[in-house]
Amino acid sequence: MKMKLFVPTLVVLLVSAALATLAVAPPAGGTISGKVTYTGTPPKMKPIDMSKEPTCAKEHAASPVMTENVVTGPGNSVEWAVVYVSAGDQGSAPGTQTLKFDQKGCQYIPHVLAMQVNQPFEIINNDPFLHNIHPLPKINPEWNKSQPPGTPPQVEKYDKPEFIPVKCNVHPWMHGYFVVLNTSHYSLTGSDGSFKIAGLPPGKYTLTAWQEQFGTQTQEVTVGAGETKSIGFVFKALPY
Amino acid sequence: MSEAQAHAEVHHHSPPTSFIGKYVFSVDHKVIGLQYYGLGLLAVIIGMVLSWLMRLHLGWSTLAIPGLEKLSAAGAPGNVMTPEYYLSLMTMHGTIMVFFVLTNVPFAGFGNYFLPIQVGAADMSFPHMNMMSFWVTFTAFLVLMAAFFVPGGPPLSGWTAYAPLSAVGVEAGPGQGTGQTLWAISIAIFCVAQLLGALNFISTTLDLRTKGMSLARLPFSAWAWFITSVIGLLAFAVLLPACILLFLDRVAGTSFFIPSGLVISDKMQAHTGGSPLLWQHLFWFFGHPEVYIAILPAVGIVSHILPVFMRKPLLGPRVLVGCMVAIGFLSYMVWGHHMFVSGMNPFSAILFSVPTLVITIPATIATLLWIGSVYGSRMRFTTAALFCLGFISVFISGGISGFFLAQPSIDTYLHATYFVVAHFHFVMGVAAIFAMFAGTYFWMPKMTGRMMNETLGKVHFWLTFVGVYCIFMPMHYLGLAGNVRRYAAFTDDFLSPLIPVHQFITIAALITGAAQFIFLFNLIWSRLRGPKAPDNPWQATSLEWSTTSPPPFDNFGGRQLVVNHQPYEYGVEGPDGDYIMQTAPEAAKAR
Amino acid sequence: MGKLFGVVLTVITLVSTAIFIFHGNLLWLPVDISAHGHGVDHQLMETMYGSGVLFVASQLLLGLFVWQAAGRKEGWKYKTFPGGAKPMVISAIALVGIEILTLSFVGSRVWAGVYLSPPDPKSLQIDVQAGQFAFYFRYAGADGQFGGLHPDKIDEGSGNFFGLNPRDDVAARDDVVVASLVIPVNRPILLTMHSKDVIHSFYVRELRIHQDIVPGLMIPLHFTATQTGRFEIVCTQLCGLGHYQMKAYLDVKTQDDFDQWLKQQEAAQ
Repeated sequence: MKMKLFVPTLVVLLVSAALATLAVAPPAGGTISGKVTYTGTPPKMKPIDMSKEPTCAKEHAASPVMTENVVTGPGNSVEWAVVYVSAGDQGSAPGTQTLKFDQKGCQYIPHVLAMQVNQPFEIINNDPFLHNIHPLPKINPEWNKSQPPGTPPQVEKYDKPEFIPVKCNVHPWMHGYFVVLNTSHYSLTGSDGSFKIAGLPPGKYTLTAWQEQFGTQTQEVTVGAGETKSIGFVFKALPY
Repeated sequence: MSEAQAHAEVHHHSPPTSFIGKYVFSVDHKVIGLQYYGLGLLAVIIGMVLSWLMRLHLGWSTLAIPGLEKLSAAGAPGNVMTPEYYLSLMTMHGTIMVFFVLTNVPFAGFGNYFLPIQVGAADMSFPHMNMMSFWVTFTAFLVLMAAFFVPGGPPLSGWTAYAPLSAVGVEAGPGQGTGQTLWAISIAIFCVAQLLGALNFISTTLDLRTKGMSLARLPFSAWAWFITSVIGLLAFAVLLPACILLFLDRVAGTSFFIPSGLVISDKMQAHTGGSPLLWQHLFWFFGHPEVYIAILPAVGIVSHILPVFMRKPLLGPRVLVGCMVAIGFLSYMVWGHHMFVSGMNPFSAILFSVPTLVITIPATIATLLWIGSVYGSRMRFTTAALFCLGFISVFISGGISGFFLAQPSIDTYLHATYFVVAHFHFVMGVAAIFAMFAGTYFWMPKMTGRMMNETLGKVHFWLTFVGVYCIFMPMHYLGLAGNVRRYAAFTDDFLSPLIPVHQFITIAALITGAAQFIFLFNLIWSRLRGPKAPDNPWQATSLEWSTTSPPPFDNFGGRQLVVNHQPYEYGVEGPDGDYIMQTAPEAAKAR
Repeated sequence: MGKLFGVVLTVITLVSTAIFIFHGNLLWLPVDISAHGHGVDHQLMETMYGSGVLFVASQLLLGLFVWQAAGRKEGWKYKTFPGGAKPMVISAIALVGIEILTLSFVGSRVWAGVYLSPPDPKSLQIDVQAGQFAFYFRYAGADGQFGGLHPDKIDEGSGNFFGLNPRDDVAARDDVVVASLVIPVNRPILLTMHSKDVIHSFYVRELRIHQDIVPGLMIPLHFTATQTGRFEIVCTQLCGLGHYQMKAYLDVKTQDDFDQWLKQQEAAQ
């Protein structure tokens, strides 16, 4: 090749290689993933009778909404469990995105809203009638607000970690949870019971799994740089 | 009698000279009466505005009312009233109107001003205690108003404050925090003031009547104030401890009214052993006589004013006084008619129903006496007279609905419906207010030395008379249709077809409310610019017309009046016209 | 002025009365579907006629006398009502007194029939719980026994509104808990009512029945429904912000439909 182009080409190649190394190199983050399951017989979920709110009763007439305190799936999976780092946390970023808690069809969507301390969340009334939102914290300040239809969303936040049950005074079957955590390393299980917490710097972590009926379980996990560890949480379920 | 009179002389003090002594901390019953009246006026304006907000929401429940969010951010997000705020406004409306308007003005207001004068005394028996009773009332008012501004807002359990909702505290929901505690404190303070006032009225009536003023020669208004104060003494003496017990349940962990095993807002309550029905018994033992405390002075005032403008005495004056006494006595036996379906022993319902129905009899007699008095008269239709006639009409309307509610079998259907709301508004919210208007147009010349404008008065009367029928008569129909009361909105299929009736009522209420500003304007304008009033503009006979307008500090300028005549000698040939004043010489004879 | 008063009062009286008479369906009681309701309705109508007559007569008489009082000239010498106060006292005591006696006597029997008589021993017993802000109903299930109530175990999120303890209390396992009051027609029903928090009230207009539900008390209420259909049960005792919205439905079914419904519910527990 021409000698004139050799050095610039070499420089370009070297710089690209360096950049490529930087770009491709993974953040030194590990991942902990797995499933939350149960053994035994979980309680039967019951269909919710919404007849006192005729609009909702009609909406769900074909397929009634079931109670959500224990939602299970194939393979004994447990939905609506929160797995989070409860000790040894590093590299956690504050939560800034505004989350949404929706009241629609006389249900809370999502049933469990996981958030971080001081992270704002919007409570939205998407039904054509009044809802009343009454979270029941023990540590955070308690409030109880009504939301007439068509009024703007209410923005709230909590500044202390806590598991807060939420109810609607007007529709007693509506129940949910605000899970306020002081870590960004958490994951909410879906219908298959799986969770995944990524971006963990190498270290030893204590993980807690919480489910509103079953309570909590903890496990210690050590994660190396870029390592993926797989663990499982198994709750004992009783029919009553 | 003379021995008692020798002891019971009013403390003669020289007139005050400072502004504070004259108009603020005055021991003069006339100033105190005007202070009560002024407080009542302020309270009724607030109470009326609250009722407009309520009615707007009932007619249009998703309406955004401008400025409401500023009053309460939690109560009206986006200016739309929440149901808890509706109930709070409703609670404050009832509390303010029943206590600070209906108990204040006809009794403490006019009574304080005119009882000593009508019996011929220079002041009340205990002028300093009298002054205290006003300022204690005013304190109670301030404490109640504070409830609007505390976190959690005003209470929402109604003016009846049934336990356990009112007793458990903030867990029972919004509106049940500090606001409810302030309510209990305010009403307890109010009770103290009323007890002080009642003592004064009783002792003044019994001890300070001037020479010749026998009980038989007392004007009806004086009789009414006397009977009302006896009722009040016993009734408020029960409400005061009840409010204290409620306060203790709220702040001291007692359980007078809270049973065990309650789960409120998902929390087990620690209280145990109390009875919610106990609150109801205590409250209504006060509450029923209270409504007669509201209406009897009105009955007395109307009976006092009518003869003046009919130019004839009232039919059966002794019978009327007997009716007032009978109503006062029976009022203590009927409280359970508010509790027919409360869970108390159903047999009690039958027992309470009988005296409730029997009380209809003296009320009917009184009404027939008024109607029978108008017969054969030639009336002078002043505004005061018109309001008296309007009083008779609305008293009939309100009394008749009571007849339905007095029967437990019918109350099974009508309890807690708008039929009840119609009933008590007609008798209290309309009849008693009409008497207050009549009293104002009649006595304002005496109190201020200025005549009120009659044209404005008549416009005020007609708009109000037609207006109140448009507001409250439809509520009977709503009640019969099964429209439940104390509902913030009518969202279900059964009630929503009735919303147009509510909208009609709301519009009537707003127009009638606006008409009251004519009265307010008249009051203020006349006070400042009205034509000067003579001593006796109506050619009336009772003692207040034997002195100047307004009366001097000691009422009669140092004279000791001697009474020789009955208070209602009209339509006779007297020394000054077709009437004989109570103080006219004995020789002046009736026809 | 006086004549105007007479006219206005007459118009108000006649218009008000006309609406009471020509009330249509909207401004009147709904159909009576209870076995005892005709007594209540009869009492109401008797009172309506009696007081209607008194209302119209007294208002029109007042209006007439005021009209006359307005038409008289200067110098008129007043006339006293013939007989003075005596006819007033006598007619009040006689008319009102007789009305009171008859209405009280008849009305007490109507009242006693609902509230002071024992329930039919073959009643279908249904447990009712009122709480901020809904009614829930409980049937004993196949074993015919109601489980015990434990307020500390109440958990609305999982549908345990009554605070049953099925783990330890076998009788509670088959209790049927629903949000509607479903009953068979023409069958005596006994409700045992209790409240979990504050005072509520049970009111069904069509059943002509009304009873406060007081915490700390277990209040029985019995009735028989005579027509099928769907009716509202509404709370009428102020219980907080959701009071206006606190209701449930009364579903009166034929005996066969009811049996089928109950079987379905029992299977779902």
